[in-house]
Amino acid sequence: MVTLNVNGKSHRIEVDPATPLLYVLRDHLELNGAKFGCGLGQCGACTVIADRQPIFSCITPVSVVQERRIRTLEGLGTMEKPGAVQQAFIEEQAAQCGFCIPGMILRAQALLERDPAPSHAEIRRHMSTNLCRCGTHMRILRAVERAARAMKTGGPMRDTEGSGR
Amino acid sequence: MNIIFGVVFFVVLAAAALLGACAGQSTLVPIDPPPKSAFAAASVERGAQLAAVGNCNVCHTASSGRPYAGGRPFKTPFGTVYSTNITPEPDTGIGRWSEAAFVRAMREGLDREGRHLYPAFPYDHFTRLTDEDLKAIYAFIMTREVVRAEGRANELRFPFGFRSLLSAWKLLFLERGVFQADSSKTAEWNRGAYLVEGLGHCGACHTPRNRLGAEKKREHLAGGEVEGWHSPALNAASPSPVPWTAGQLQMYLATGLVDGHAITAGPMEPVVHNLSAVPERDVRAIAGYLAAVAGAPSERRQKKARDALAHAQREMAAYPLRAPADPSVAAEAGQRNRSGESIYFGACAACHDRGREATSEGALHLALGTVMTLPTSANLVRIIMTGIIPAEGEAGRFMPAYANELTDAQIRDLVDYIRAYFARAPAWDDVEAEVKKVREELSAANANAGG
Amino acid sequence: MMDVIARRMSRRRFLASGGALVVSFSLAPGLFAAKPPGKEDRKGAKLPGSLHGAPMLDSWIRIGADGSITVFTGKAELGQGIKTALLQVAAEELVVEPRQINLITADTGRTPDERYTAGSQSMQDSATAIQNAAAQVRAILVDLAAKRLNAPQDSLTVRNAAIRAADGRSASYGELVTGETLHVRAEHQSPLRDPSTHTVMGQSLPRVDIPLKLAGVAIYVQDLRLPGMVHARVVCPPGYGARLRAVETGNVEKMPGVLRVVRNGSHLAVIAEREYQAVQAMRALAKAVSWDERPGLPPQKDFYSHFQRLPQQERIIVEGVALTGAPTLEATYRRPYQIHGAIGPSCAVGLFKDDNLTVWTHSQGVYPLRSAICEMLNFPEARVRCIHMEGSGCYGHNGADDAGADAALLAVAFPGRPVRVQWMREDEHAWEPYGSAMVSSAKARLDGAGTITDWQYDVWSCSHSTRPGPAGNLIPARHLQTPFEPPVPKPIPQPTGGGDRNAIPLYKIQNVRVVHHFVTAMPLRVSALRALGAYMNVFALESFMDELANAAQADPVEFRLRHLEDPRAREVVRSAADRFGWSGYKKQRGAGRGFGFARYKNLAGYAAVACEVAVDRETGRVRMVRAVAAADSGEAVNPDGIRNQIEGGIIQSMSWTLFEAVTFNQSRITSRDWGAYPIARFPSLPDSIEVHVISRPGQPFLGTGEAAQGPTAAAIANAVADATGVRIRELPLTARRVKAAIGL
Repeated sequence: MVTLNVNGKSHRIEVDPATPLLYVLRDHLELNGAKFGCGLGQCGACTVIADRQPIFSCITPVSVVQERRIRTLEGLGTMEKPGAVQQAFIEEQAAQCGFCIPGMILRAQALLERDPAPSHAEIRRHMSTNLCRCGTHMRILRAVERAARAMKTGGPMRDTEGSGR
Repeated sequence: MNIIFGVVFFVVLAAAALLGACAGQSTLVPIDPPPKSAFAAASVERGAQLAAVGNCNVCHTASSGRPYAGGRPFKTPFGTVYSTNITPEPDTGIGRWSEAAFVRAMREGLDREGRHLYPAFPYDHFTRLTDEDLKAIYAFIMTREVVRAEGRANELRFPFGFRSLLSAWKLLFLERGVFQADSSKTAEWNRGAYLVEGLGHCGACHTPRNRLGAEKKREHLAGGEVEGWHSPALNAASPSPVPWTAGQLQMYLATGLVDGHAITAGPMEPVVHNLSAVPERDVRAIAGYLAAVAGAPSERRQKKARDALAHAQREMAAYPLRAPADPSVAAEAGQRNRSGESIYFGACAACHDRGREATSEGALHLALGTVMTLPTSANLVRIIMTGIIPAEGEAGRFMPAYANELTDAQIRDLVDYIRAYFARAPAWDDVEAEVKKVREELSAANANAGG
Repeated sequence: MMDVIARRMSRRRFLASGGALVVSFSLAPGLFAAKPPGKEDRKGAKLPGSLHGAPMLDSWIRIGADGSITVFTGKAELGQGIKTALLQVAAEELVVEPRQINLITADTGRTPDERYTAGSQSMQDSATAIQNAAAQVRAILVDLAAKRLNAPQDSLTVRNAAIRAADGRSASYGELVTGETLHVRAEHQSPLRDPSTHTVMGQSLPRVDIPLKLAGVAIYVQDLRLPGMVHARVVCPPGYGARLRAVETGNVEKMPGVLRVVRNGSHLAVIAEREYQAVQAMRALAKAVSWDERPGLPPQKDFYSHFQRLPQQERIIVEGVALTGAPTLEATYRRPYQIHGAIGPSCAVGLFKDDNLTVWTHSQGVYPLRSAICEMLNFPEARVRCIHMEGSGCYGHNGADDAGADAALLAVAFPGRPVRVQWMREDEHAWEPYGSAMVSSAKARLDGAGTITDWQYDVWSCSHSTRPGPAGNLIPARHLQTPFEPPVPKPIPQPTGGGDRNAIPLYKIQNVRVVHHFVTAMPLRVSALRALGAYMNVFALESFMDELANAAQADPVEFRLRHLEDPRAREVVRSAADRFGWSGYKKQRGAGRGFGFARYKNLAGYAAVACEVAVDRETGRVRMVRAVAAADSGEAVNPDGIRNQIEGGIIQSMSWTLFEAVTFNQSRITSRDWGAYPIARFPSLPDSIEVHVISRPGQPFLGTGEAAQGPTAAAIANAVADATGVRIRELPLTARRVKAAIGL
């Protein structure tokens, strides 16, 4: 039995504690944001945020994140009310197949919470853990920069507690 | 006792400095930078292979800098020394160095103008090189791409900023002289010895150093430390559960991975990368010499090895059914660290046990890994926290970094468990300190990267 | 949105959509001449686009009594933005907002059969069909409204899914359509709206699927959850031709959550309640199985000479006079096997219930997949339905169909509950069909004026299409107890071609001879990868053009223009060059510029790419610094969509060109993860990519999705040659290869 705090909500789940967080998010909590891309920590499609850190949920057993606040794509915003980073990605049309994008959004969110005005080089370096195969990279970078500007004018970054499952 | 030592030390140094200052080191006449055509292609090529063994590019290239243009920091107990620009640029590099100046630098640790060079530059090894090899290396260096890059000033604590003190250091620790072959040994052994003790300067990382920063001759290749990583003992004190054969050493140096032993990580990665450009016979010679240095394993060590192999085989057969291969060992290890066991199965086992094919056979089976048996947890901690990640666009083994995924306490638990179950050795006592060190390095890196 | 009924048809558009010149038609305002069904026009003209295969209007468009509008397409959204583009086309002709339309994509139960979403045909096939169908539907509605409102047609206006008379009386679409109103055959002529009146087509409408994907709405087949769904994993053989010798399933069956172990010959899988339980069980099962491997892979050393000697058929594509005597220049080019490598490995869900099988799949072709599954299971087509749901990436024939076949097999083995099959990353890397290795040799002669007089091009390639179709093209079917054999590969004929796609230069050359050596042996599994043979052929041709330009001492861009007559090609070339700053470029040490151009398949979209690279002479590492492209896709329905595809194509091609090659040993594929098969990450990106879209309203839509692959590869190779003075003709241009070529 593990206890997880996901997007502001607490869940008690009967599951082997060695199960990677990714499978629990998708299979038990039915959240779609985090995706299975490789299961090896090499592509970042599974990226979520634990406390303030971006993590690969595919290599993180649930046992180690019980004490941390986990946020997924669903916790950043909804279709009706997208979060700042999601909004920026929509405005830049930063997606082709879109499969890698949730991971990109989470990775970027973690960066912007730590450093609200990252340089272009820093964004590239930070995002290098995440793969995109469609070649949407330039738009992704522009979206992150756009989100940074939007968050700057919109005030300090607040994570959206309890804004979703 | 320490006070007396301190005083004597200071007096000796001061005397030497005075001596050094009086003696004066000569400036060698600057030359016009020679054109590339001045060097025969064969010489340049030979020099390239030698430079690969010597890893010139590793020390003389900063992390985001141009090759050979210097600027890489070396943290020593005396402060930080930065490598110099050795491209043939006339003003900021060594473009005006004659061959004689280059040779003198390599053998005696003096720059063209006669200033002492800090032994972070391992001229105590390069002093062994033959004239022929130095000539070839010079040809290679002088035909590199010119990069204009001002050197970074060293940040050394008082009084180590005074280069003249180095004349004392050299008096005590620099044994000048070209390598002399041992006629009682084979040509291949001698070749290996020449490469290891000379260009390869393996001892610079793999030998412990004294308080004055010199290699302890009596503990030759008994293990060292570089940039936070432990360099394992290569001599009879090798901690490897199963002794390395020459063939395995050769494979490791050539490919970076030997199943059942180790994978390159940290500072060894660029060394192995460079060795892939070196002729096979030289790599074999290096491996053969190192195997000879380690010597034939004792009876006791052989028994330990057999035991370790058996344990490993049982372990490899067990996963993923979670019935531990060695119930008593597992019980004890799990007891010591239930949390670590759970973390291992959730975060590591998928690749490090049956899932090795998933990582293109790159994930080392931990049952025999050398990292687990080292006297310090430093290397295991670093590998767990920073992963093993190939350079952009290069094919290689890929292990993700777990610094974000695991808290400090969880890393400690995991390391404890791995040490207990795989190495079956007493717990390390430096785990928390090493984790903290790496965390600080990572924060500093994050802070530096911004902007 | 106001509109006045088109009083006359746009003649240019008319010709373009018909695909053939239709001589006898009436220009009566608003009305097209009704033709008796089944009677063809002169010259046997086909209905526009995919209407040819599905001529009933209500196969494409339905309007409910409540006014709801549903548009059907046999094409699939692959992330290329086709859904949005089709919505724009339909909305334009139906005179509604795109959001008023519900678009249904590829589903054997509901949509027309448009074969595969591939070859950049979607706009040409589906958009053309939908545009024409929608225009004809509008005309029908107007006609009905005129009768109902008793008003002349040209006094009616169409707005908000309703048709209004001058006095304000109106009839909604829903009111006008009853029963079989739209169940009529399409005509050859359509009253298409004048492009100058377009308000939706030609706009960069934001993609309709993006907001859903970015909110985690279940769009992908990977996110499909059905009640009672169970999870499966397949234990893949270690290599091609490996046979399962023995497996001990006892322990695995006892593992938590395991429902069944399914074995059929060498096809081995496990089904469990929970996903991770399936993963763990798969790993345990993999340990409990022994395989007879069949080493049969070619040697990696001297691979290309081995490749060129494999069994092959010679096909003369352009009959020219073979070059005799010494050519001015000759060169050989090489390209390794490369992968699709979609970020999300293949996935499918199958449900076998009440004797009916449904498969949710991201296959590019649900109809062909259905045929293949039916053949594999020996089921009649009526009992099998394949529904497309988006997957990740795509880029051609990847593992989607195989996962679909896995799901079908396992669903039948475990009836009553939906079975979800997810491939693992290492299995995707090892088993997906690759882009074929290729070798080509080019020879040419220049005359005294620096014009190419003779051109000879030979290309060796395996098949670029082994799609199902036949069940033998499904990997699971090859592993069954009674295996299906892979069918004999057949080359794709010109003008589209496979290994010979874009093997014919678009340039005007007096004497051209092109021979396609179709290699029939397939030591590694191959099929369609974005651009097919065009990636390699354009890389080779355009590299060779540069080498010839060099020999002629001509500027590479000017040299191309010298041989290009097609004005649209010329414009694309000039546009890219000008915007790059080609003529004013000042080369600095370690940097260089390069150019590449092609018209995809010589009949689809035009693309020219100019780029600058930086090469580190010490390490050989190449970095693209900036790229400028120009693209002409005919009428640009969604210019931003085109830009996105070209940018994406440039980056993907850059990754292929600089980094990618499948590795293997005697019996197995060894590049099974992103470590062993690296692709471009953020640090490799150029500083900027500019794409200039040349839109041509009224011109036929031209496929764009694959147009940038070849030109980018050539531009990079040419830039590397410019930067280093060394010409490298083998892909990829890894640091090691470049360094070896540069030397010390």
